[in-house]
Amino acid sequence: MFQDRYPLAFKLYPYEKSKDQDAPKAVRHPVVIVGGGPVGLATALDLGRQGIPALVLDDHEGIGMGSRAICFAKRTLDIANRYGCGAPMLEKGVVWNVGKVFQDDRQVFEFNLLPESGHRNPAFINLQQPYFEKFIFEKIRAEQDTGTPIEIRGKNRVDAVDVRQDHVVLTVATPDGPYDVEADWVIACDGASSPVRGMLDLGFEGRVFQDSFLIADIKMKSTDFPTERWFWFEPYFKSGASTLLHKQPDDVWRVDFQIGWDVDRAEEMKEENIRKRLDAMLGDDVDYEIVWSSIYTFQCRRMNKFRHGRVVFAGDAAHQVSPFGARGANSGIQDVDNLGWKLGLVIAGTAPENLLDTYDDERVFGADENILNSTRSTDFITPKSKASKGFRDAVLMLAEKYEFARPLVNSGRLSVPCTYDASRLNGPDHLPNGPDRTRVGSPCPDAPVAGGFLLDHLGTDFVLLAINTEAPEQIDIDGIKVRTVSVRTSDNPTGALAERYLGSEAQAVYLIRPDQHVTARGRVYTEDALRAALLKACGKD
Amino acid sequence: MAHLNTQPNLPSPDEFYADLLAAHEGLSDDESAALNNRLILLLANHIGRHDVLCDALGAAK
Repeated sequence: MFQDRYPLAFKLYPYEKSKDQDAPKAVRHPVVIVGGGPVGLATALDLGRQGIPALVLDDHEGIGMGSRAICFAKRTLDIANRYGCGAPMLEKGVVWNVGKVFQDDRQVFEFNLLPESGHRNPAFINLQQPYFEKFIFEKIRAEQDTGTPIEIRGKNRVDAVDVRQDHVVLTVATPDGPYDVEADWVIACDGASSPVRGMLDLGFEGRVFQDSFLIADIKMKSTDFPTERWFWFEPYFKSGASTLLHKQPDDVWRVDFQIGWDVDRAEEMKEENIRKRLDAMLGDDVDYEIVWSSIYTFQCRRMNKFRHGRVVFAGDAAHQVSPFGARGANSGIQDVDNLGWKLGLVIAGTAPENLLDTYDDERVFGADENILNSTRSTDFITPKSKASKGFRDAVLMLAEKYEFARPLVNSGRLSVPCTYDASRLNGPDHLPNGPDRTRVGSPCPDAPVAGGFLLDHLGTDFVLLAINTEAPEQIDIDGIKVRTVSVRTSDNPTGALAERYLGSEAQAVYLIRPDQHVTARGRVYTEDALRAALLKACGKD
Repeated sequence: MAHLNTQPNLPSPDEFYADLLAAHEGLSDDESAALNNRLILLLANHIGRHDVLCDALGAAK
């Protein structure tokens, strides 16, 4: 009865019988997370680090094979840093900045992400998804060793979900037979085809794109291919209507061919046929080994609401985008970042349950932004009509000669975190000459501070960031802790801190949420202003 | 149409029209369409105002 749906890259949590299975009555847990992918594991880590017991149920015993998501954005690395697992990701990942766009056999143009200096993390790293997950898992193991209440149960498949008024009953299949477990909260991180979503009969509407893509991850024996993102429209080697080449760690390159809608999958997946496409592209004299291949199609869609009472959806289970722009896994991690602290406060009883509805507001907004961007990229990469292909080709032709057309070339708009401008949690913005990029709702940009980076000091709690001004060291309001971080721009000779947080103001105070988003700002600290902004940010006004 | 100038604005309308036709002379339908596409993009960038372009898209429908 336990058929693996996919082979494992790393077997990490072999099935063990839990005492819950022999309990006379279903055991209640504060949080059950369904799915042990990157989003589920990160959720467990976020909650566990807050001291909230988190139980992960996964129908496999580890991390699935295949590189899948390979592009991780700065914001994801910042969040991983907050969880204490960013460093190994950065160390293993491939940092890249240069991209080249080709049409046929011509280079249309080249771009450089030119990352802003004064950030701990680069704009992007490429890293195979199994490594990303493994680093999160290893951090979970290290946390467990110090008593952090996280439990992962392998080969525990949720087969039924019964949503009650103030809890959820899950029926879980195991190699030893089924058992029931109860959860105050269920976080469904069970992927794009989310069985939990299906069991609750919830919709997942959106747009289907009629195209398929063949991924071949190849290990080059010897190569001069650079650490750059190369994207071809209608390549001369005819291996696909578009083709992407991008480096990953371990001398592996991702090659992604757009192969059309009406394809014989079994035929296309034969190694000899994959090799035909690769050889046409690389030439006959390049020696390589195919380490993973897959054919995918995609849709851009989301659930109407991500919160359904005591069941909350995150990651691909809640929203799905095309891969162009790396907005899948990256947005899933932002979901976790957004949900973790809110659920933490609700479980602790220091914030009302409806704070979780703002997870819905903010992340639905984020999903829509991602869907919009990835849909536009898809329309450019795979034009659906003669007219749209005509404009696409006109853009590419003009881009080679004229700079103005280059911003119109859309081979993927790379994931950036969203600014929650319209969030009902936002307090006032009383810093009239403050920078736009740190306006209320924004994710905090990094900046160098004495002895390190600003983001290392922000997050997990509410933080009062006092720049060139004074504020009490620690404040408790209504059972919610606010930690003060005081910095001076005179300690930062590069001027980055002042440029990013002061603009033309001489001083500032920022109230920063546990997910490092700005929720209010002003010139001076006053207890009343802080209190009002904090209560608003926790849904308590 | 608060933004788009729909009053006569071409100093020599006949000359512009003749130039436009001349640019298309000898082109196949596909080549003409491609030329028009490039022309639209060049002009749109020159105008550079989203409101004006939206009005133009509406007026052209």
